[in-house]
Order: sequence, then C-alpha cells, then structure tokens
Amino acid sequence: MWLTDEELRVLTAACERVVPAGDAGPGAVGAGVPAYIDTLLGAFTFDPPRIWAGGPTSGRRGGDPAFATFHRLGPLDELAWRMRIEGSRGLPEREFNGPVRGLQEQYRDGLAALGEGFCDLDPDAQDAALRALPAFTALLYGHACEGLYGAPEYGGNRDGSGWAAIGFAGDVQPRGWTDAEVSTP
Amino acid sequence: MTVDAVIVGSGPGGATAADVLSAAGWTVAIVEKGRNHLLDPDDLTRPGADYSNDEVKFHTRHFLGPDPLVEPRTFRTSEEDGDRTFVGEVNSVPSTVGGGGTHADGKVPRFRPDDFRLRSVLGPQPDADVEDWPIDYEELEPYYAEVERMVGVAGLDGANPFAAPRSTPFPMAPGAPMFGALRSVEAAERLGYHPYPAPTAANSVPYDGRPACNNCGFCSFFGCPIHAKGDPVAMLRRTMATGRAELLSESFVSRIRIEGRRATGVDVTGPDGRERFVAARHVIVAAGAIETPRLLLLSGLDHPLIGRYYMAHFQTITAGGMPFRTWAERGRAVTHVHDDMIVGDERSREAAAAAGLPWIRGGLVEHSGAAMPIMEAKHYPWGAAHPGLMADSPIRKRLWAMIMQGEDLPYFHNRVDLDPTVKDARGFPVARVTYRPGRHELVASEHFGPRLAAILQEMGAEWTAVTTSPGRGNAESPESVPESRHNVGTTRMGTDPATSVVDPTGRVHSLDNVVVADSSVFVTSAGYGPTLTLVALAARAAHVLAGTAPQP
Repeated sequence: MWLTDEELRVLTAACERVVPAGDAGPGAVGAGVPAYIDTLLGAFTFDPPRIWAGGPTSGRRGGDPAFATFHRLGPLDELAWRMRIEGSRGLPEREFNGPVRGLQEQYRDGLAALGEGFCDLDPDAQDAALRALPAFTALLYGHACEGLYGAPEYGGNRDGSGWAAIGFAGDVQPRGWTDAEVSTP
Repeated sequence: MTVDAVIVGSGPGGATAADVLSAAGWTVAIVEKGRNHLLDPDDLTRPGADYSNDEVKFHTRHFLGPDPLVEPRTFRTSEEDGDRTFVGEVNSVPSTVGGGGTHADGKVPRFRPDDFRLRSVLGPQPDADVEDWPIDYEELEPYYAEVERMVGVAGLDGANPFAAPRSTPFPMAPGAPMFGALRSVEAAERLGYHPYPAPTAANSVPYDGRPACNNCGFCSFFGCPIHAKGDPVAMLRRTMATGRAELLSESFVSRIRIEGRRATGVDVTGPDGRERFVAARHVIVAAGAIETPRLLLLSGLDHPLIGRYYMAHFQTITAGGMPFRTWAERGRAVTHVHDDMIVGDERSREAAAAAGLPWIRGGLVEHSGAAMPIMEAKHYPWGAAHPGLMADSPIRKRLWAMIMQGEDLPYFHNRVDLDPTVKDARGFPVARVTYRPGRHELVASEHFGPRLAAILQEMGAEWTAVTTSPGRGNAESPESVPESRHNVGTTRMGTDPATSVVDPTGRVHSLDNVVVADSSVFVTSAGYGPTLTLVALAARAAHVLAGTAPQP
C-alpha cells in the first residue's frame, strides 16, 4: 500500500460519495476503486511497474491470463510515468519544461485538505467538501471511472462487478462476437 | 555500413516504402521513435502479443505513445494567441512500431478523381490556396490497387454509386454489418442518401497469414490482439523476412545530415540516450504530417512552405439517443459510411451561395456508436446519479452517431513549426500546431449537421445533438485543439519549387535523395481518411526510386 491507513480511510469515504453503492451497482468502494488508486500511486513499488497490463488475453474468455503479467517499461516510458506519479522533484531530467506536480502529491494534498474529519461528516457535508475542491474531485472521479470499468488486473472492478452492473462484457478476446451477435444481437 | 535507404517512421507510409524497397533488393534501416509492441521481439517476422482489449492501457495510459509528458506538442489557433495556448497532446497518432496504422479502426477509402483537381473542377475559394494535385487519380490508381492487396481491404464492389473507378476488385468481401448501422443505413436510404459498406482494413476471412476479425469491438485507438487489422504488420513482416532490413525502435531521428544537394544519413538518438549516425544513400521521411515538417526544420531546411497548409478534418459529430440498444460494442467500430456530403447536391450548393462561398464540401460520414465504458463514465457527473446513468447508459447502449470527416481547405496560416521554448525529453524543440477552421469548414458543418441529425431522427432518435471537433469555443480552451488524427498537408507536393516543398514523386525539391512518404505531401485534404492515399503515394514514391512497377 502506498497511502497511509489514515489517507486510505479518507480516500474510501470520498470514493463512496463520488460513486455511491446502491441497487444499480457496487459503487466505487465496492468495486475496489481505492485499491485501483493506491496501486497507481504505488506502481513503482512493483516489478514490473503496474502501469500496463499484458496482452493479448485475460483468460476470462479463453486464452492465457496474460493481463496479470505487466509490461516492462522502456527508458522513456519510465521517465514519463515517474514524472506523472512522483512529480519532477527538482530533478533536471524531469524539468525540461518546468516543474511537474505528481499524482502522489495531488492525492496527498487533496486528502489532507479534506482532512480526517471528512469521514465523520454527513453525506451532504461530504459532497459540499468535495465540491469545494473541484480539481481534486475531478481527478478522483476520473480515476474512479477507470477503477470501476477498467480491467480488474489494475486493482479495481473487483471480480468484474463494475462491468456486471452496467451490462458490459469486458475484454472478449479470443472469443470475440459471432457475426450473428454483431448484426442481430 | 551505408544502407540503401534509411526510413524515418514505421507507420503505414514508412512500412510501405520499406516493403517495396526491400522487395526490390534494397537494404533498409527503419528508424522508429516509439516502442515495438507490434512484432514479436524475438522474431520480427512474427506478430507480437502485446495488444489487448484494455481501455485503461490504450485510452488513458498512452500505451501506444506518444506520452505528452515526455513528447508534448503545443498549440494555438493563430499567431495572435501568442506563443501557445496549450501544451500536451495535439492530434497525436501513435508513436510506436506500426505508427497510426495500429490504432486506426481501418477505414481505408480511396479518394475520388475530383479530389485531385479541386481547383479545376470547383474553382478557387477566398482565403484558401486550393490547388490541383500534380498527379491525378488515374496515375495513382494502380498503386491504390497494389496497396489494397498489401494491406488487405474488405469492401463491396459497386456498392457506392459515387466510387472512383477500380481496376481490380476488393481483395475481400465486407465483414459483418453492425446492428446499429443496419438501422441507420435504412434511415439514410429513405432520405435519399447512398450508404455502403466501409472499405475496411480488417480481414473478413483469413488473409495473408492473418485471421479473420472476430468482431471484439476494441478497434478505434486499440491495437488488434489477433492481428486481423491491416495495420502495417503485413508490410513490416515481409520487410523483415527479406533479411535486408533493420528495425531500430525507441530511436529518434533528430537531424538529416545534408551536404549540398544530398543527404548523407541521419542522426539517431537510441533508447540509451546515445547518438549515432546512420549513413544512407537515400532518406525516406515518413513521420507523419506533424513530425515530418518538424524534422525538416530541425535539419535546417528553410523552404518557406515547410509546415504550411496543415489540415486535419473539421469533424461534425451528430449524436442521437435511440429507444433501442444499438450494440456499438460489437463489431468493427464502423461498418457503413456515405459519400453524399462530399459529392454535394442542390441543397448544399444553395447553402454555399447563401453564405457567399463559391462551393462547400463536407466529408465522409461514418455511421457509428460509442462502445467504451470508461469514456462513457467520464461524460457523466460524479455523485448519486452515476450508477443509474451507467446502467441506463444513454451513451454506450443507446447512442448512434453520424460523424462527418469534413474537408479542411488549405490555409497558409494553418501550420506546423518549431515551438520557440518547449522541448521533448530528449531536448529537441517540439512541433507547434497553429490551426483554426476557416469559413468554408464552418459553413459546411452548419449546413450538413442538421441533415445528419435528420437521418438519426428518421432512425428513431428521441433526441439529437450536433457538436464539432475541434469545438467552437474560445481559443484558450483545450477544445480548440483538433482530435481528428487526420493530419495532412505540411510539405505540399507540386511541380513548382516556389509553391511546393516536394515534387510529384515526393522528393524534396532542394535535395536529390530525400523523399517524403506520408500524408504531409497532400495538396488538399479531401473528405476521406488519409491512410490509403498516403500508402498509395508511399508505394509510388518507392517504386519510382527502385525503378519497379506496382503489382496489382
């Protein structure tokens, strides 16, 4: 885990407001969005880094479970993703166009701004607190969408619950769809 | 060692040139700045296994590159905006082995004869520099026939009443028609239009050692996991199998070295960051219509038209909400298109006259839906409404769209040049795009948008909406950046060195052995996707160099 237990508690409470659980679906927390975000922030604690799931198949529709083996990064890929996640940290090789604020810092600051008290607010007050941080909430929401509806290998969409809730088949190779399923579903 | 040709870029243009030249016995070095995810790294004559049905990897995490943090571009709508209004991704096609061919959903129409002689057929336009191409359709036709076979194009002969004449049948019949398209085709026909199965570089039967497409639906912006798509995999595999080719991936060409009228080779920065020189008898530049002028400028070429007349297709996107599920997630992304908005009719001629323009042209109209759930989710607001919206899914499950690839006219002020300060991670100035639609594009969009909406209403739409890409907001908005991925026209082709950068074979006028083999050479943008035409031009340029003839 990259986030501290306290940060994860605030993140989880915020995720529950961004996409709440209900009859229509598991919500962000039920689908594992906090784990998706924590995995992204801590991608470089894994080897290979958890940036790109492998190919060509996940095993869910036949084939090998190759998504589980993440791609190795090339030198330029690693530079880009360290800049994106860790920020430029004053390193000249990352600041060729000026400083870059990383996702780790954006989350750390955003969660701190919500504060530990966020978890104890009532839902309306939590929503108001999120609306008061529009840039952070937009970042969180984008990641919630990815964690809900992206491949489970990235840490979210637990057991395909995000896809199941919306009637999406997910990755379908190597099965694909028959011609009849395409033209007369 | 000096190779016969060094080829800058491994996309459709470069791969085609490599295939033709290596078949003719030339030794070639293909230099690609992106990574190799297309071919098996242990045997470059075999397809790789890196592509997958993974929206996170391909849509949000830049798997095919370029990553805008390390290879940004900059943008402004005009010089009056200042140096730039945006830094990041500007109409990028993939930076990877296979280039733009890897992510495209493979619509590969030919242009029509009129597209090569717009000035003669329709006449000039105010503000734009509309000219005839120095070659005509008849000259290019044998190369169209050859590359349709090389790429593997599925299509239906005779289905498009406006189609250009063909010397050969399509190599394959069309694949399975999508459910939503069958409904929109009926609606369009009832309104007098002429939709037809889109000529598509996705196998409908096993072809050239690759399987038939199995309709997985992960097509636009994805690499094909089973290599059923006619991306440059076929040309690159053949090239590597000759034993006369070397593929240098993660290798950036920063300069063409020039002595007098001749290039001697290129400077290449490899994955380890070290620079080497690749000596070559010929240099083929196929880096795309943004990176190609960037390289020519980085190399010190100073023709005043390098980078000028950048065109991108001003897209009109008309969406309709259907009372039934459209099943856009199954099939080849787009299976039907129509040409009526390119050809025009009495109504469009009246619209042009009413706007004080001599003529307007729209573009190819693609019948398609929206398939991907992360993309859909990001269109909805956060909060309690999200789960219900995603389950009900007005976008993914029930939307159908008419997307028009509106023809951009060539304007002197729309251009690519070097940004004065922004650099890539390797330290080189990045490309800056200056672009805004002209009055022709706006008038055409305003005329055709409601007509496209009428097709969706005829199909049963409960609501329709018309948008454009780029959007029509203010210059400071990121929405002013085009997203068509159809970049053309920055090293214009012509016979007169004063009014063009390259000659009718793609050779740079001022140099004896440098050829541009991509969509940079386009004189006009036509209303069609550029891929097949740029591939045909690349094949022709390579045949001219090698002294060989096209094989239909």
